[in-house]
Amino acid sequence: MGKFNEIKELRLENIVKRFPGVLATDHVSLTVGEHEILALVGENGAGKTTLMNVIMGLYQQDEGSMFINGEEVHFRSPNDAFDCGIGMVHQQYMLVPNMTVLENIALGMKDCQKKVKVDLDSVRAKVNEISTKYGLKVDPDAYIWQLAVGEQQRVELVKTLCLGAKFLILDEPTSALTPQETDELISLLSRMAKELSIIFISHKLNEVKALSQKVCILRHGAVVFQGNTKDYTPKEIAALMTGHEVETSANTEEPCNGNIAVDIKDLCVKSDRGFLALDHFNLEIKEGEIVGLAGVSGNGQRELAESMNGLRKVESGSINFYGTEISNLTPRQIIDLGMGYIPEERNIEGIVPSMSIKENIILKDNETEKFSKNHILKNKEIEKYTDEMREKFDIRSPHMHIAAGSLSGGNIQKVILAREIDRNPKFLVCVYPIRGLDMGAAEFIHKQLLALRKKGVGILLISEELEEIMNLSDRIAVICKGQNQKVLMRDEASTSKLGILMAGVKDE
Amino acid sequence: MFVDIMINTMTLTVRFAVALLIASLGEMYNQKAGIFNLGCEGIMSMGAFLGMLVPFMIGGADQVPGYVNILGLITGTLCGALLGLIFGIVVITFRAPQGIAGIGMQMFGVGLAGTFFRSYIGGSQSITGINASAIPVISKIPIIGEILFTHNAVVYFAYLMIPVCYYIMYKTPWGLHVRAVGTHPRAADSLGINVNKVRYQSLAVGGAMAGFAGAFLTLCQAKMFTADIIGGRGFIAVALVYFGQWHPIKIFLGALLFTFAQSLQTQIQIFVPQFQYYEFLTMLPYLLVIVVLAFNRKSNKFGPASLGKPFNREMRV
Repeated sequence: MGKFNEIKELRLENIVKRFPGVLATDHVSLTVGEHEILALVGENGAGKTTLMNVIMGLYQQDEGSMFINGEEVHFRSPNDAFDCGIGMVHQQYMLVPNMTVLENIALGMKDCQKKVKVDLDSVRAKVNEISTKYGLKVDPDAYIWQLAVGEQQRVELVKTLCLGAKFLILDEPTSALTPQETDELISLLSRMAKELSIIFISHKLNEVKALSQKVCILRHGAVVFQGNTKDYTPKEIAALMTGHEVETSANTEEPCNGNIAVDIKDLCVKSDRGFLALDHFNLEIKEGEIVGLAGVSGNGQRELAESMNGLRKVESGSINFYGTEISNLTPRQIIDLGMGYIPEERNIEGIVPSMSIKENIILKDNETEKFSKNHILKNKEIEKYTDEMREKFDIRSPHMHIAAGSLSGGNIQKVILAREIDRNPKFLVCVYPIRGLDMGAAEFIHKQLLALRKKGVGILLISEELEEIMNLSDRIAVICKGQNQKVLMRDEASTSKLGILMAGVKDE
Repeated sequence: MFVDIMINTMTLTVRFAVALLIASLGEMYNQKAGIFNLGCEGIMSMGAFLGMLVPFMIGGADQVPGYVNILGLITGTLCGALLGLIFGIVVITFRAPQGIAGIGMQMFGVGLAGTFFRSYIGGSQSITGINASAIPVISKIPIIGEILFTHNAVVYFAYLMIPVCYYIMYKTPWGLHVRAVGTHPRAADSLGINVNKVRYQSLAVGGAMAGFAGAFLTLCQAKMFTADIIGGRGFIAVALVYFGQWHPIKIFLGALLFTFAQSLQTQIQIFVPQFQYYEFLTMLPYLLVIVVLAFNRKSNKFGPASLGKPFNREMRV
């Protein structure tokens, strides 16, 4: 089966891929040998995924060539890559939600599509064979939408292996997993490497250390470093990745004992799908305190943030904000009480992408006397103010008239921060604030949050990055299935402890 | 009288539901593949015109051999497929907004059919068309016999399309591809399925079925063509696909319900002529569609999630 019986070596030479106005990969050359795990590391937008899409034949390179076992290959479509035994698990899972596991796998298997009727029995046999061989349990008849993220990933792996992959590409496979699931995946992959070769994309450096033999670092589309993983510390790799030394800011202050700012009691909120996403959730947060809320995304975090900001109906329970009951108030009323909000989807909820940076910055305060008179905006004042904001929050943009949606993720987040922080909120709800940002921007945002804490503002920091939570929080709450599992002090918390709680296991 | 009205209504329902049923089953393929074709009405119009033109050119108002009528059906069907492909060029290759392009297609089809009709046929002319014939023996079964077995052959063929469409959609490789490209085109693409090719194919199939439905209207139902013969059925077909949640059986039930309301109101007009506000009766079936759609359970789990979105592999989000 396939064009090559084994892949001794995959070699890329001077791959160049351009998008309009962007050089996505810049003369990239790399080599992966048999049974080798190569970690491909780089910040967001460094060109890792683009490069992998070129290998899979999803994108055609503009220059450069690819060799398998020394023989040049041209992939016009993913089918060509499958024929040569290369398969990829994409970061966003490529599974059709309203089809079953079997149907999803059948979609890629050309052998079962030769007759009038899809031969699902042969697919089932193949799935069983693969799942027994690698210990990957999947339910072939489940619909994808019924599966949790970890299960979907197993389906992706089984699918790729069913298509005959001997060479696996995994694009940020751990980004949606709990620490325990991540450990399982890593041990699974190291077992699989006895029979396969793997390219593993990640920016979590401890995983890179744990799994890979070789590491290749991309920055702005070009390879800046290649070497053996064991010769370098995570810190050195991080420095190579960003191009400068990385300092991480951390909260080292004593736990504070201020007044209670937000008191959430027995909060019940429904999700979009109609079930109780928050199920009698309890949490209190003091002034001048950062409470980190750890949890696998989809366990009620979104619903909590939205109900605290008047964006989602509270079924029962209470949210007390400085003595005022704010559940089911309108967003405007809650904003006026002094609540600040950094939403999860910064491009959709955080800004109006088609409006200018300037307009986005004053979006919450355009009706105040500072920015308008008799319902007419005071343009000069606004210009002056937003230019100050650009300086203060380091928004990298030539001027403030361009559409906010055209900025990079980090700069969009700075625009949102400028708006939320400079209006002096009493409290800030912060959802996945550094998701998808590079280390520099993330660092800037963390510094701002710590400064805000010093000013006595309480912060609820919802995140899936345990490192971020453990660095910044005074106390850490863990959410699972809409309930607060436990609240730990910063020095009690460890990755493994939090991971167990995140998975829904209550100790004691 | 009540029994007469009901038997008549149901007999008419079985026959008149055909055009709607076939058009909406075709639209189902479009939408399952991620494209909604509001131009259905226009395609049906062209199908209806050609369905009339072929037998009229050959035999005028006289009885023509059966194969000539079948030729009319086939011509309408092929024209529908062609128009579906043209719509594909606009919305797939050039990625025009589907809603606007669909309205364009509707006006184009209706206008073209009307113009051709005026220049090739002229005034209102009728054809013999395909006539109903009762099936011996079983049509004599009381009530049911009359309702189910007094139709023409095309009607039975049309109902056979329900299981056929189901089988194609849920059991064949092509159906698998159609469902995948309408829900998660990137996933299909990553498995080497040519998303746009499948979408073109589904538009051809959907267009062909709309053309067939139009030809059925002139050949088997009205036996003549007028510029407004489709009378909104194309739009109702689009609505029925939502109503039936992209499932052939539910779409069939929707087509039956709508046609039943339609037939009932014509029967009331015939049997109760003293009722003055007949406009209100004419309105009823459409009102029914709106009400049912409003109260329909909104479920996106099984729907084509990428409906209406053009696919562009290199568009980086």
